Amino acid sequence: MPEDMATGTVVPPVPIGSWLETGFESFKDTFDAVFDALRDVITSAIDGLAGVLQAPDPLVLALGFALLAWLVRNWKLGLGTLVGMVLIIGMDMWEPAMDTLAIVVVATVIALVVGIPLGIWAARSSTVSRILKPVMDFLQTMPGFVWLVPVVKLFSIGVAGAMVATVIFALAPAVRLTELGIRQVDREVVEAGHAFGATPRQILKDVQLPLALPSVMAGVNQVIMLSLSMAVIGGLVGAPGLGSEVIKSLSTLDLALGFDGGISVVILAIFLDRLTGSIGTRRPGRGRIRELRERFTPAASRTAA
Amino acid sequence: MPAIEAHHLYKVFGRKGREGVKRLEAGADTAELKRAGLTPAVIDASFTVEEGEIFVVMGLSGSGKSTLIRMINGLHPPTSGHVELHGENITAASGKDLRRLRRERISMVFQHFALFPHRSVIDNAAYGLETQGVAKEERRRRAHEALEMCGLTGWDEHLPSELSGGMQQRVGLARALAADTDILLMDEAFSALDPLIRRDMQDQLIELQQKLGKTILFITHDLNEAMRIGDRIAMMRNGRIVQVGTAEEILTDPANDYVAQFVADVDRTRVLTASSVMEPPAALLKSDQGPRAAHKLMREHQLPAMFVTGRDRTLKGYVTEDEVGRNLEQKDITSLLRPVADFARVGPDTLIADLFGPAAETPAIAVVDDAGRLLGVVPRVTLLAALGDETKEALSA
Repeated sequence: MPEDMATGTVVPPVPIGSWLETGFESFKDTFDAVFDALRDVITSAIDGLAGVLQAPDPLVLALGFALLAWLVRNWKLGLGTLVGMVLIIGMDMWEPAMDTLAIVVVATVIALVVGIPLGIWAARSSTVSRILKPVMDFLQTMPGFVWLVPVVKLFSIGVAGAMVATVIFALAPAVRLTELGIRQVDREVVEAGHAFGATPRQILKDVQLPLALPSVMAGVNQVIMLSLSMAVIGGLVGAPGLGSEVIKSLSTLDLALGFDGGISVVILAIFLDRLTGSIGTRRPGRGRIRELRERFTPAASRTAA
Repeated sequence: MPAIEAHHLYKVFGRKGREGVKRLEAGADTAELKRAGLTPAVIDASFTVEEGEIFVVMGLSGSGKSTLIRMINGLHPPTSGHVELHGENITAASGKDLRRLRRERISMVFQHFALFPHRSVIDNAAYGLETQGVAKEERRRRAHEALEMCGLTGWDEHLPSELSGGMQQRVGLARALAADTDILLMDEAFSALDPLIRRDMQDQLIELQQKLGKTILFITHDLNEAMRIGDRIAMMRNGRIVQVGTAEEILTDPANDYVAQFVADVDRTRVLTASSVMEPPAALLKSDQGPRAAHKLMREHQLPAMFVTGRDRTLKGYVTEDEVGRNLEQKDITSLLRPVADFARVGPDTLIADLFGPAAETPAIAVVDDAGRLLGVVPRVTLLAALGDETKEALSA
């Protein structure tokens, strides 16, 4: 029996993994300089943002988050946010929490900047849609840990690799829900745009995107949630933040530290989810600013009187 | 120059649409194409719409009328054939030219309104002006005027979802009117409205058309609607236009059994006009004729009364046999003339339904043109016969 047969079967070996690795190595060698530069850019972006988040007194920033939650949604979320954030400070998890938040914010921005245009493209071209669909399936179902290996090879240990893995892991909903949202816009309404001589760009900007907004915002919400979960896993490859605290607790079997870190992740997750979830469900056609102004007008006129 | 010319339009959905057209031209039928995986929606449709005309395309669902109207403004490019708007070929136009034509020449009202749900009523109405690049103040002013014209005031800042169906379609109509194009496409524009509102909108559309002189291509599956508003009607069946004509032509001379069956239920008295049932006067009395000649004529034709006209056929009045017989020694019949009452003289376009009232009061109705010339006579008997025909048909149907 030939030795390269898989054990106990007649199927010849199909070493997809090692083929991918070979391809990957040559890819890495070719673009090494690019990845080095990319790593520096990402690292400094995250460090910068984390620095900004950690600069003010934690309580001040916690109040700021609470205010934001109140503005965007209601006083209940504001109060909950304040309590949660104070709890994080109390558990001495503020600094890693802000590190994680910085990764999530940067990863989300990148995922949206890449994902939303891809989604728009897929909505307009069935060919693109057919190509992107399996790719998105692949990205979404591949266990997140798997992405850590290639990114560490490309960017070595550190926040940059974790960030890239996070973007890859979180990209799919941005593409999918943008495409879905645009495709769901009433065909006759889009026709009306054409019938009055609007350009495709005008139709996208004035008709399709505004009407797809709830779906796109649901995508944003999911991207943030996936980013958060992956940013925590990124602790495995040396990304700072709550993830590294949890990993630390795992290697030292420190139950208290593990729960402190875990609970902080939960608080952050609920805060981000409620904050962005409410943006997606607001009435279409009413500008955010206008809504806020309306909310404040009675208050303002009362003070004036 | 006609406003719209459609030349041999074909639309065959499927991968090899062009081939489908060739096969249709060679005489293949729809079923044959369907087996080959092709769906012919419109087959060899040609028609012209004159400026200021309301042209109705009437057909049941699946007859291809929605596809046809979309080829007129290029939303669906025809598989074969072409469309000219005021002599400009829009089928051959580039994307840029096509958009310009849509902005300047042709606007559309949709079956399900197709309003932008995220824009206020006035911003919806102003949409066409927005794509034309009109400044904000100006377009809001003109959109407001268009909304007023469509009977919608005080809703400018509301969202479409806050309006009833009829009101939403007024916004749709205002959007098309505000764009100030001379051609208006209306795709089953009133079909989603309930009957009373639909009637109201039809009246308003006719009124607006008379005021603004727009060329209107109107699609409907409702024959009564077609007959009510259409100057001319194209009957469509299975993608083909089977007959084009006025409502009267289609009613009185249907091109085939399908059309005949289709129009069988139409209330003819509300479509046919006096001109289609009037008879040429059996004999004419000139006002300078003497009573003896008149009396002879009336006896010959066994008429108890006759209309009297001047030399230029203007209706002067009528005389009765009794009176003429008693005054045979008079020089002429002028002194015996009785005036024809207003209700007994009608225009040629008066609906038959509106003749029944007068017919109850007078044995014969005079049909006169604008200059007062006698065109024909509708005796009570003729009117009853016309009605009888219909009853007979209805019974046999």
